[in-house]
Amino acid sequence: MLDRTPANTLPHAPGVGYKPQHYNAIMADPGPVRWLEVHAENYMGAGGRPIAQLRHLAERFPVSVHGVGLSIGGEGRLDPDHLARLRHLCDWLQPASFSEHLAWSTHDRAFLNDLLPLPYTDATLTRVADHIDELQEAIARPMLLENPSSYLAFAESTLEETDFLAEISRRTGCGLLLDVNNVFVSATNLGFSPQGYIDAFPLDRVGEIHLAGHDTDEDDHGRPLLIDSHGREVDEPVWALLDYTLARSGPRATLIEWDNDVPDWPALAGEATRAATALTKVPA
Amino acid sequence: MSRQSEFRRAILDPARPVPPDLLDGRNGSAGWRFSVYRNNVTLSLTEALEQTFPVIRKLIGPQAFATVAGAYLRAHPPTSPVLSRYGAEFPDYLARFKPLAQLGYLPDTARLERALVDSYHAADATPVDPAIFARTAPEDLPRLHLRLAPAARLLCSPWPIHGIWRFNTEEGAPQPPHHAQDVLVTRPEYDPLPRLLPPGGAAFLAAIAADAPLGTAMDRATETSPDFDLSTLLGLLLQDNAIADATLDMAP
Amino acid sequence: MSNTIKTMAIATAVTAAIAGHATTATAQEKVKCFGVSLAGQNDCKAGAGTTCAGTSTVDYQGNAWTLVDKGTCTTMELPEMANGTPRMGSLEELDRDLPQS
Repeated sequence: MLDRTPANTLPHAPGVGYKPQHYNAIMADPGPVRWLEVHAENYMGAGGRPIAQLRHLAERFPVSVHGVGLSIGGEGRLDPDHLARLRHLCDWLQPASFSEHLAWSTHDRAFLNDLLPLPYTDATLTRVADHIDELQEAIARPMLLENPSSYLAFAESTLEETDFLAEISRRTGCGLLLDVNNVFVSATNLGFSPQGYIDAFPLDRVGEIHLAGHDTDEDDHGRPLLIDSHGREVDEPVWALLDYTLARSGPRATLIEWDNDVPDWPALAGEATRAATALTKVPA
Repeated sequence: MSRQSEFRRAILDPARPVPPDLLDGRNGSAGWRFSVYRNNVTLSLTEALEQTFPVIRKLIGPQAFATVAGAYLRAHPPTSPVLSRYGAEFPDYLARFKPLAQLGYLPDTARLERALVDSYHAADATPVDPAIFARTAPEDLPRLHLRLAPAARLLCSPWPIHGIWRFNTEEGAPQPPHHAQDVLVTRPEYDPLPRLLPPGGAAFLAAIAADAPLGTAMDRATETSPDFDLSTLLGLLLQDNAIADATLDMAP
Repeated sequence: MSNTIKTMAIATAVTAAIAGHATTATAQEKVKCFGVSLAGQNDCKAGAGTTCAGTSTVDYQGNAWTLVDKGTCTTMELPEMANGTPRMGSLEELDRDLPQS
């Protein structure tokens, strides 16, 4: 287990998920945006524009690397090739933070490209903790683990998600990434209190907060089923939940994610401005 | 069967029942909630293929593309989480896909699109200093080995793939010509370009890629095309930064 | 081709290529443009909703015409290839493949 050095050096300020179409706008005027997050798997080519662009961005902004494909919750072993790619990226980029998801995506050689859920049991806890140990060893730094958006629950689960995450963090020394939109999505979908989830969350381990927009669908009983689509503005109840969280955690690096129907820069910067306002309301 | 085996099977095969013992958080059954995952996987992988193969999509239309992509992703789910690499077997899959068999040019067009994305992500290389050619004695030139840039990709086809690509990417481009075309994908800076090769060009470049010296490559080219114009091709390679190195073979 | 003639041919071609290259290189202002990029293909968004794509099985054994009628392949004119490879792309050819109904 790694020691409890800060899992990241991101400023307690707004950041955005980086999209290449915003490169010129960000370089000209980043507005309230003080740091950027990139998806690790988009920077695993040997060279070319993506790598060159990332080098330029990293000269100007702290960069957070957010993995979306390691399959930390996988039943099988972690992909050694992918661990090597993550290590290489972290080595040359020296990011201000590295984060991944409490989810799985690869099984039996198939990468399914979705953040798939896992039951919360002693067995899955041990497996996830072992995988995080292995990852932190490979990239030689502590990571942040993100809470998932849930659409269903497992009959065999014996642990609450918040207890599961707290125990993972305790065992591995990893920090946590609290996605407030995911909390709201899961709470709506599974019928629990989002504030209660925040109250139970180990906020002292949170190194970063995520915000995003979600879509609304229905389950087969006509109840709202929220989908973590990252395709629109952050919803009002999620902003309120951010305030609720920050009032308890203190200021944190706060990211706007917008991956679907990506808007022009001013709309994204507008969301970051709102995050900046939320952060200024909080005593440091 | 393990949970993840159940999920993997049910996600990739919509005809299978959803995994058992999934709940809605209120002690009820999860109902159709599992289809969120089926939907995400299908849509996101289809989108990844659309990004790599926009010309195929344009050729057969969005609906047909989604149909082929859906069949392909079930037969060949990605084996790596790096999605820019996804679709390596897509051209061969198109060749075997019966409903599209009458469009014989699709597989090679897909190979060209795959090559463009590979080139985009390929390693950077400092282009060769053209002075090396001037410094080399004329009688030594046939023994010169050229190393192509890592971003260069050679494609030979019995179809007019360059014309087909242009017709579907350039406003007002002409109809594809009625003859075979070979293409070299180059990357002068960061944007890959499909370059139409002159007769003999592909034979020349295939020899160069196999590490044959300039003299042997010249032989291969003139064998297939007596009028092979080395000057024009070499000019193109230099202009597009497609040669990374030139070294003299010291063997007799 | 004799070795001497080949050597001369290569030397002449190389000289011409370098001369041409020098002209284009100076005429070309090299600007590093970062503006136009391919979108990254990995992200962590979810597709909208529970409907359609993931749950529907499409019967693609239907006729080819239905499958491609929204594509530019119907507007391309590609005749028989010189090497005899079977080819298609024209509307008539597709029509010909339609089962008689």
